[in-house]
Formats: sequence, structure tokens, C-alpha cells
Amino acid sequence: MDYNLVFKSFGECSILIEWPQIIDKNILYDVLALKETIQKKHIKELVNVVNAYNSLLIVYDSIKFDFEHCVNDLKEVYNSRKSVKTSTFNLWKIPVCYDVFFGFDIEELANAKNLSTADIIKLHFSTNYTIYFIGFLPGFLYLGGLNKVLHTPRRATPRLKIEKGAVAIGGEQTGVYPSQSPGGWNIIGNSPIDFFNIKKEVPCFATSGDQIQFYSISKKEHTHIKALVEAGVYQIESEVIHD
Amino acid sequence: MIKVLSPGIYSSIQDFGRFKFQEYGVPISGIMDKKAASFANAIIGNSKNLPVLEITMVGPKLKFDCNTSICISGADITPKLNNTFVSNNKAISVDKGDVLSFGQLKKGVRTYLAVSGGFKTERIMQSYSMYQGLTSKFKIEKNDVLKIESENLTTENQYASIKVNDEYLNLKTIEVFKGPEFDNLTEYQKDCLLNQDFTISKDNNRMAYQLNETIENNLEPIITSLVLPGTVQLTPSGRLIVLMRDCQTTGGYPRVLQLKEFSINVMAQKFTGQHIGFKLICKN
Repeated sequence: MDYNLVFKSFGECSILIEWPQIIDKNILYDVLALKETIQKKHIKELVNVVNAYNSLLIVYDSIKFDFEHCVNDLKEVYNSRKSVKTSTFNLWKIPVCYDVFFGFDIEELANAKNLSTADIIKLHFSTNYTIYFIGFLPGFLYLGGLNKVLHTPRRATPRLKIEKGAVAIGGEQTGVYPSQSPGGWNIIGNSPIDFFNIKKEVPCFATSGDQIQFYSISKKEHTHIKALVEAGVYQIESEVIHD
Repeated sequence: MIKVLSPGIYSSIQDFGRFKFQEYGVPISGIMDKKAASFANAIIGNSKNLPVLEITMVGPKLKFDCNTSICISGADITPKLNNTFVSNNKAISVDKGDVLSFGQLKKGVRTYLAVSGGFKTERIMQSYSMYQGLTSKFKIEKNDVLKIESENLTTENQYASIKVNDEYLNLKTIEVFKGPEFDNLTEYQKDCLLNQDFTISKDNNRMAYQLNETIENNLEPIITSLVLPGTVQLTPSGRLIVLMRDCQTTGGYPRVLQLKEFSINVMAQKFTGQHIGFKLICKN
């Protein structure tokens, strides 16, 4: 299916392409199809291509940039794109310790929703989340697919310090803080996995279009996995996605 | 090598930044005023994007343990080599043991120290730009030792006749393009945005400059999308945020304006209480 794309000039040498304003997996796949086709073209004047939920930013070398000309090229590329194969994406299995020691907002969340903490945990790890893109902090994954029951407003007062690995819910979203940061989301657990590692050539294991599945671990397992991660020997379990 | 006797309030090593890592959520970072830094590099024969020391308002005190040549460009913070005043925008020969210091801030906010061959500090993800959480330090500290080329590079000052124009340090006009959500604004909002003066708030740093005056706002937030240095966001409270080099890669506030590259340099030289006005320009 072809979407009605909007091409906008953005600053001196970038183009922003927008898809319909909804968060939708099929739109993401179409964004990624165009992104991949552009990247494969090896356009000389191209500096970078980045995507978000329903938009693609294309940054050109400033000297040769001509908006009309580039838009025409991009329209042609869009018409020649091949849809992405889901088998190029991975499902990553991410351990999370939901113990109140880490997930200090989980009881409040359970009370507010008239559920047990076990229900909250189960609802959180029973979904496969789609990674739309990485933003906000280096290695912060924007995940889609949070169960409606778990939608929870952000805290009235953000916390100044949230630990690395904190698993949290904010509004309709869930995510993992890849580094220590201030933040207003509700903390329900902690993952010992590194979501961003500057020592690696590709600093994030996951990419747009991949999926994440959380599974529950004990505090003891958390300590054990964290030690393996710090020693650089932990292998995240993953499988290729089949539709 | 250069020894840091005192660091100033916020001095950091910067180059043009990281361009290929936004898809991992890594900010572009880099030199706030590229015009000044490129000039400082060019004067001593460096390529324009070699790493420089970005100095903010209060200068550091630095001791050189080798001969080299340097150039300072950007804000005027009354630089002194040993006990002699030196000028901005000129190649200066430095001898082993010399001490560079700064005094009163007279004009602008950020100045750039270029050294022959550039700084040879920690390089992370294809850039020397310091950024919290990415590099081991986000600003220089007392007793740090900054590596530079140790051989004695004597630079012929071939640019001695270059005319220096630092009038931009005092410009009030910030030239802008329409941002992606500009057309969602009402005529009244556009009028407020483009025809009133704005004051730089105390919240201004390498990440963003917030402005004091608000404009009436009832725009819906957008689905989180991409932002760039120089993007002007309109927050629900009606406050405007001008994103700068260390900004995040994505944001959910409407992007009403986008600064011209040159105007990011102008903005980088502004400080709390100073006034600016936006002027919409067309491309080409």
C-alpha cells in the first residue's frame, strides 16, 4: 500500500518525510522500507537518514542541497521501494527483575488498577513490544504495544535520578532507562542488560522494527546476569521473527 | 601537552560532532559557534573542524609544556599570555612554560582556543566532542592534561591580512525557516512569534535556550518525531525552546521554527537577559 507522504523542508539541508499521524506497525514497516532503499542507493550528498514513529529525516551535505530536486528523487525512490521482510528483524528476550526493591512504584500501580502486583507483572511481560525507534537518551527504545490496562499517567513530579536499567511506564508507553537520568515515569522493575555500549562498533543491539519480550527474573538472577554483562560475556537470547 | 591550572566554569573539547549515531539516540553535539571555531583553526593553518577548546564566559588558566601556536576566536574574554594581553583572531606563538589566562568578559559568551594540529583527547564514536555519559568527562577539570601535538610547529601567518568581522556577536536578529509545524499556527500566533522580542531565560546551555516570553498555545503535541540543533519548539505552557548542539534526537513538542545554521552561531553567543527577534527567511 502506498501512503500519502508529505515532504517538508527542514532547516538548511534536511528533508522531513511524514506519514499519516498515527502510531502503527504497518506505517513503521513502510518508513523502514524507504529508509533501507535510500541507504542502499549510496547517495553521495547524503549525510544521515533517521526515523521516528511515522517520519523520516534525511540530512544532506549542505552545499549541494536543492529541495525540489531531492524531493523528486525521493519520490522515485519511494515508488521503487521493496517492502521490508519481517524475517530481517529479531525478537530480543530481556530479563527484568520486577521485585519491589527495583520496582518501587509497582504496588501503587497495582492499587490504582485494583490488580495484584503479579497481574501487573504478567500483563507487562506477556506482550511482544515493537521497537519503533531509538531516541530521548542514547539507547532508549520507543516501544509500542503496551496493554491498555497498564496505561498510567506520568508522575506529577519527575524524579531527579532514575537508575540505569529501570523499567518504567509513562502514559501509553513502556521503556527501559539505558543510563541514569531524571525521569517522570513509573518504575516497575530493572533489567541488568546494557542497552547502549560505547565500546561496541554498533552501540545498540536492537534496531527499529525489532521486537522485545520481557521475562521475569529473581533478584539473585539479576545480580548474576549483571555480573556477566559487566564482564562482557552475557549473550542476549534472540530469535528471528516469523509472521 | 597542556596542563589545566584552573578550568573556568564550563570549558569542553569540541569538534563538529557526531553525525552518524542519531539512530541510536546519540546527540550530534559539537561546537556551539562553528564560525568562531573554524576561524580560529584556519588562522593557524588547521583544517576547520579540528577539535578546539570551547570556553564559556569564564576562561581557564592553561600551562603549555611545549612550543606551539594558538588562536582564540569568538567571545572576547580578555586573554593574556603570561602577563601580556593578547588579541583574539591572531596566531600567537607559545613557548614551553607559557601560561594562558583570561580576564573580564567583554563581548559574546563562548570563545574557542585552537592549537596547532588540534587537541588529541579521547575520541568516542568518531568525534572528540565531550558529552555527559558518552565521554569520560563532559568538561575539563583542574589538573587535567590535554594532549596536543608536541613538535614545534611554526606556522607562517598567511592569514594576517584576513579581515575579522565579529559584528555577529552583537546581532539581535535570528534568521529562521518555517519549522515542520509552523503552518499549524494561527495568524495571530505567527504574528507574535515573528514580531515580538524574546528574552533569553536563565535556562540556557549547550542543550537548549529557553525564552522568557510566552505565546498563547493550544496546539496538540505531535507524535514524537525528529529534531535538530536549531529547532524551536513550542511547549504546552507557550514557552519557546531553542534546541542547541547537545539536544536530544527526538521530541514531542510542535517544531515551529528552524534556525539558519549561521544563526545558531549567533544564538550561541547570547546569554541570560539578552534580547532576540526571529526573522523568517525563504530558502534560496
